[in-house]
Amino acid sequence: MKPAAFTYHRAHDVADAVALLTDLAAAGEDPKVIAGGQSLMPMMNFRLARPTALVDLGPLRRVPSMTAISERDGTLTLGALVTHHAVETATLSPDWAVLSRTMRWVGHRPIRSRGTVAGSLVHGDATAEWCLLALLLDAVVVAEGPAGRREIPAGELFHGFYATAVDPDEVVVEVRFTRPSPHAALTEFARRHGDFAIVDAAVALDVEGSAVRGGRVVLGGVAPAPVRVPEAEAALAGEAGDDRWAAVADAAVAAIDPPDDGGTTAAYRRRLTRTLVTDACREAAGGIP
Amino acid sequence: MNDPHLLTLHVNGTEHEVVVEPRRTLADVLRHDLHLTGTHVGCEHGVCGACTAHLDHAPVRACLVFAVQAEGADVRTVESLDHDGELSDLQQAFTDHHALQCGFCTPGFLMLAEGVLAESPDASREELREALSANLCRCTGYQTIVDAVCATAASRREKIS
Ligand SMILES: Cc1cc2nc3c(=O)[nH]c(=O)nc-3n(C[C@H](O)[C@H](O)[C@H](O)COP(=O)(O)OP(=O)(O)OC[C@H]3O[C@@H](n4cnc5c(N)ncnc54)[C@H](O)[C@@H]3O)c2cc1C
Ligand code: FES
Ligand code: FES
Repeated sequence: MKPAAFTYHRAHDVADAVALLTDLAAAGEDPKVIAGGQSLMPMMNFRLARPTALVDLGPLRRVPSMTAISERDGTLTLGALVTHHAVETATLSPDWAVLSRTMRWVGHRPIRSRGTVAGSLVHGDATAEWCLLALLLDAVVVAEGPAGRREIPAGELFHGFYATAVDPDEVVVEVRFTRPSPHAALTEFARRHGDFAIVDAAVALDVEGSAVRGGRVVLGGVAPAPVRVPEAEAALAGEAGDDRWAAVADAAVAAIDPPDDGGTTAAYRRRLTRTLVTDACREAAGGIP
Repeated sequence: MNDPHLLTLHVNGTEHEVVVEPRRTLADVLRHDLHLTGTHVGCEHGVCGACTAHLDHAPVRACLVFAVQAEGADVRTVESLDHDGELSDLQQAFTDHHALQCGFCTPGFLMLAEGVLAESPDASREELREALSANLCRCTGYQTIVDAVCATAASRREKIS
């Protein structure tokens, strides 16, 4: 289908984008930011979304910080307009390499040309790889609004069912990842490669010598928003190996209450969770001596 | 509220001026305003890839870009591939390997493959299969498309070495 009519506004810098959002809303419009458009446009073409005005962040690609990828002092900072493809092809240190490895799961190459990190996080799909990575690697979303900038930790970002803590008059300017994770992996299952996952699992192991001290277990597709699973994380510490991963997977399956919807039963999501958590642990442990 | 915009679009090396509503997708402007009907439209939500074109040398879904967003960018469509009516090597390989039947998906596959080959000329068959899985074809069963793209990749590599 074709999208409903809207007025189009190019933002020249971040302050301009925020001012446009504020002014348009004050004039009774229902404005929305468009970045890559890879989530918003399908929704507009289906008329599931009908913003009356779009504020295009495209011209902000000229602002270097909006497309920058930089590593410093244990933090990886991605400008809001960094694309999935830019991360896929970036040379990152082992601390952050999981980000590049994960991008192959995000849609397909032409989607990854346009789709952005911030767009994924603000859209907040419960299985979006970026949402899982944000919880896995303690992301902080930096958003600018009429009252200035604020930092939103990933743990407070996702409210479920595509709702996030970023307000309609705010523009995300960058995303900082603050938990270096050289032993991390994300894996998933979808009926067709490139589709959104039915369930996806991400694991980061904190390794000391050849022992695992603890880490993170994050799941998508088992709740209205991506979730950390503390019960499974508690089972991580100890000697690496298949017995440990089986215990972690058991704990994850016991902790979740996945939805029973349409084609996919809760029981099936539990089975996927067991397999995917085990696989993610194994892959994450790949580099342990 | 149709808010018409005057745009200058750079398509296949030529500048075009068009007046369009912002809700018009790049795919629709190419087809209806510029009469470049090689870019096909299937699903209009990013799934089928029939509308694949290049924006600044990267393959994109032209149904998921508004034309107003493409101003200032270098747009390439399937019409840019042939040389005065003579098929390009990739187009010829599609013919030779029977990589099309009805042809509806073909422009999208050609542009997808050109984008991938430009970026990864050394891609393996497995990598090309994964990249080509971005687009849908209801006729061929895909093997012949993969064959055509792999053959083109191999012959281009040979030419360089
Ligand atoms: C066929 C297909 C398959 C896909 N498969 C996957 C997949 O497997 N996994 C996956 O994660 N994604 C998938 N996607 C979605 C894709 O990753 C999107 O790119 C991403 O979700 C949104 O990023 P965007 O820049 O395109 O955002 P847009 O579509 O432009 O915007 C999305 C939302 O975020 C808001 N927004 C965007 N940028 C900002 C900002 N800087 N500040 C404030 N608000 C902002 C917009 O207002 C809108 O509400 C798929 C998409 C398609 C079409
Ligand atoms: S028409 Fe654009 S992807 Fe199907
Ligand atoms: S040749 Fe008919 S859809 Fe591909």
